[in-house]
Amino acid sequence: MRLAAREVLIGFRRAPLLSVLSVTTIAFSLFAFGLFGLVAVNLRRSLEQVEERVEIRAFITDGTATETVVAAMEPIEKIPQVARVDLVTKDQALERARRELGEFSDVFDGTFLPASLELRLKDGFRDPANAKAVAERLETYAFVDDVRYGEEWVAKLYRLRNIATAAGLILGLAFAAVAIIIIGTTIRMAVLARSREISIMRLVGATDWFVRLPFLIEGFLKGVLGGTLALLLTWAASATISRYFIETTFFGAQTALVGVLSGALIGLLGSAVSVGRHLRKV
Amino acid sequence: MVLFTNVMKEYARSGVALSNVSFHVRKGEFVFLTGPSGAGKSTILKLVFMEERPTRGEVRVSGVNSIGIRRSEIPHLRRKLGIVFQDFRLLEDRSAEANVAFALEVTGAPAAAIPGKVASLLMRVGLASKATAFPRELSGGEQQRVAIARALANDPVVLVADEPTGNLDDRATRGIFQLLREINAAGTAVMMATHDMDLIRRSDYRTLEINRGQLVYDSATDAAKTAQEWR
Repeated sequence: MRLAAREVLIGFRRAPLLSVLSVTTIAFSLFAFGLFGLVAVNLRRSLEQVEERVEIRAFITDGTATETVVAAMEPIEKIPQVARVDLVTKDQALERARRELGEFSDVFDGTFLPASLELRLKDGFRDPANAKAVAERLETYAFVDDVRYGEEWVAKLYRLRNIATAAGLILGLAFAAVAIIIIGTTIRMAVLARSREISIMRLVGATDWFVRLPFLIEGFLKGVLGGTLALLLTWAASATISRYFIETTFFGAQTALVGVLSGALIGLLGSAVSVGRHLRKV
Repeated sequence: MVLFTNVMKEYARSGVALSNVSFHVRKGEFVFLTGPSGAGKSTILKLVFMEERPTRGEVRVSGVNSIGIRRSEIPHLRRKLGIVFQDFRLLEDRSAEANVAFALEVTGAPAAAIPGKVASLLMRVGLASKATAFPRELSGGEQQRVAIARALANDPVVLVADEPTGNLDDRATRGIFQLLREINAAGTAVMMATHDMDLIRRSDYRTLEINRGQLVYDSATDAAKTAQEWR
């Protein structure tokens, strides 16, 4: 092990440029991956916020007694998809309209706005199918005049989310594939640069493991360095965007650790494959 | 010690390199392998240290059989052999002593014993005063001496030398050959490939002549034939 550590140091010292190249390649590949992840995380978060606003509004027929509506609220609240139900009286509706349309507040006079029930759906039930199902249940109540839930809007929101997820997956996989190919190639170059040494090692009776170990350690270390560098770059990018453009969320500690570890794994795998292929030939 | 039985070697690209080669090198023997370039000398040596395996036939080296040997067993065979090449194959960024020590470290020799052993090996090849020199600071003959010291590190039973004097001038050639004779006199078998007929004539060691992949002459069994046919 001590010997392997020494060989690693010699490797770094002998080909500093190649080592730096490997580390920066890993770093930039993971950085590209990280940036994409950052976009995905933030897009998802914004969509979640938008999603939270999905609500169903049931307008109540004029002249319905408030008691009737209040009595119906309890069974409505028990519909599995429903998170909460609020009653908006005619007065409250007028008040809200005045507030929201400030300068036109004096236009609103009297009680021409209908009372309504406002429903919020539970997390995970805000998709078009569930919203429609709840709307249809509400329509069965006699005092319900009309139900609105932004049918098209909800569907569009969902399409956007699906497209974002699919695009994220495809681009993410493409980035990962490119990263692995580039990393494999730089490590292969490092192995080829030391092929003479490997052949001499084998000539004097070194076992395959003895030959492999320094490369595996080297690959692992380069991966960790590259991963850490990528994390720093991504963090800097995130901070810059937050400062000058829009507020962004950064990855959690766990995701960051997974990022660095995947760098290490890529380095380790790239080395193992390159050395393995080389050893089979000598 | 080294036994070839009806060995045939065929390469996918270049075709048959050896056909039906049989010979036996005994313990402590010195054997020349000679013949024109491309005759198959290097192939025979590669078969000895099992970088190549025979397509047909069998090679036995120090009790290890080429048939059924596992890849993981080859390093252990090589520790019983010393291998020397025309191009020395030294690590350029390490001193003479580090190059010799490398062979000991690779095989897991105890760290405390390495410096003493390296010093005595360099003394044996006459390079004690140049232990800290790097290969580029040494002459060709000196570099080959370092390579031989490295080959002797694990006390080999056979020293395999592929054109060890091919890159050297006359003086250095004589020095290296003398060193190989001393090593042989101390009990190590030596198989040396060369096409230096002077060297062969000056000694009376056994000579195997290879031509077009066939063993055409063995001075031990075939004294009647001459080694002139291929020239």
